[in-house]
Amino acid sequence: MGGNLTISFLPLVDACLPILAREHGFAEAEGISLNLVRDMSWATVLDRLLYGHSDAAHLVAPLAIATTLGRGRPPQPLSVPFVLGLNGNAITLRPDLADQVAPPTRLGDPRIVGTTFAALAKTSAAQGKRLRLGVVHRYSSHNYMLRYWLAASGVRPDHDVEIVTIAPPFCADALEAGEVDGVCVGEPWNSVAVERGAGRIILATAQIWRRGVEKVLALRQPVLEDKREETEALIRALVATARHFVEPENWDANAAILARSDYLDGSAELIKRAISDRILLSRGSAPVHYPDFMFQYREAANFPWVSQAEWLYTQMVRWDGSSFSPEDAAKAARVFRPDVYRSALLGSGEPLPGASSKVEGSLSQLTAIGTQQGQITLEENSFFDGRAFDPSDLPGYLAGLP
Amino acid sequence: MRIAIVDESASRAAVIREGLDAIDDCEIFVLTERRGLVAEIAGIAPDIVLIDLGNPSRDVLEEYFAVSRALARPIAMFVDESDAEAISASIDAGVSSYVVDGLAAHRIRPILDLAVRRFNAFAKLQADLDEAQGKLAERECIDRAKRILMESRKITEPQAYAELRTAAMDQSRRIAEIAQAVVTAHKLLGGA
Repeated sequence: MGGNLTISFLPLVDACLPILAREHGFAEAEGISLNLVRDMSWATVLDRLLYGHSDAAHLVAPLAIATTLGRGRPPQPLSVPFVLGLNGNAITLRPDLADQVAPPTRLGDPRIVGTTFAALAKTSAAQGKRLRLGVVHRYSSHNYMLRYWLAASGVRPDHDVEIVTIAPPFCADALEAGEVDGVCVGEPWNSVAVERGAGRIILATAQIWRRGVEKVLALRQPVLEDKREETEALIRALVATARHFVEPENWDANAAILARSDYLDGSAELIKRAISDRILLSRGSAPVHYPDFMFQYREAANFPWVSQAEWLYTQMVRWDGSSFSPEDAAKAARVFRPDVYRSALLGSGEPLPGASSKVEGSLSQLTAIGTQQGQITLEENSFFDGRAFDPSDLPGYLAGLP
Repeated sequence: MRIAIVDESASRAAVIREGLDAIDDCEIFVLTERRGLVAEIAGIAPDIVLIDLGNPSRDVLEEYFAVSRALARPIAMFVDESDAEAISASIDAGVSSYVVDGLAAHRIRPILDLAVRRFNAFAKLQADLDEAQGKLAERECIDRAKRILMESRKITEPQAYAELRTAAMDQSRRIAEIAQAVVTAHKLLGGA
């Protein structure tokens, strides 16, 4: 086919699949050549995508929906035919605060940590010192996961605590300087803060929603149509990369590639911790193994479930203070394109779910699901507060949230 | 009109400032520090903010602008969203701009055009500099290769250069590439 695709990305561990698809030759094997452009802000990643500098982007999932709906700028329809991964983020607090809310050498129960944090946040607010927490973007899963946890723990975001935007590379600096009291950010930036003694990891976002959607591969809808063949080849290349990525024997080599100056420009050791689900919670302690901290492949993790887009839309309504619109909900749902994912992988050995939408967060045990091809068994998938998200009743779900 | 230039490269900010100084009725503020950026911008209350695309603080600034829409001086994301060509030119040049709502297009456009030209000029300067440095490095490499040949083969400098040139011609490669190969081989074989 000989197609070329340019993909812009931010230096984060979950930009791994496009980078490794190029480096290991999975893209080439599918007949496409990948050009990767590293950026330093989501604003620039989005600018490049919208003005044709890139064909596709490594993007925070809610931003793909916000752009389609015209939040913050005129609407431009984006399409997501592939999920680059689930979770992989963490909440890091200043060490003195972390000591008051979470056990020192293991990840605590998110309910108990939440209750304790709520008391601390309210005491601080009553003393006129509202705690300030940093997230990477208003339209990021970090923001929605953090707010979900806070609200379910009895903290009112924007009232009891302040939530601000912060660039991931500066999280450790900002914690050290006291500009923020905590951050919710992707790897390796929590670990950088831990290594510097500027913070302690108190929770992984996978503890808030066990299978929470994180970064996606986003294209402008007209570009997806124009380059449909190349996009499907890219999906096949990314799936092959994901299958390779989760094999432990590849972790050292992958961490070394990702650490390179033209990619993450960071420490291979810290990157390997994230991809092997081993997290150092505080400086000087031993790494804790938390399975599925990052989730890149199993259980059709890359399948763009329409229900994921719908959940993100409910959180956008919830935190933007806008009212629920059935038209917007439908537009948001159409951003995720399981049809393209299926078309790319039909006839391959890759399992494809039978449905394109599911009740999110309702599984407490292993569950085999109906498939179009292959076999898929989903493991536990729950929200920490026990609520489930039923995409057939979005207003009902919103009404039931704290 | 108050214009804020946000750029961690002080030299590029200076080049842009110099260009904008030529425009009448402009007060220009240059911000090169990340820390306290939002507070400074708030204090300056600019009509136009110019920021380079590579700046990691863009998301932080955009969030501030989004919040400030509720305030007295709302800042729009771009001059005129319908003017895709102008925006595209500025993205190509590597600069993004944010403009206070209600500012007339004819006042904004010359400033943006100038910023784009200055960004392009700076990029060209940088490329020229990189090229010059590359050439210098190549010359140094060729000199080292010549010395290696002169010492190991006991030949003169002109002879050493002729050897490199012949090898380059035979292999259809540049002399600098042959020289690099000689230097690398010498290192691998235990030379200093």
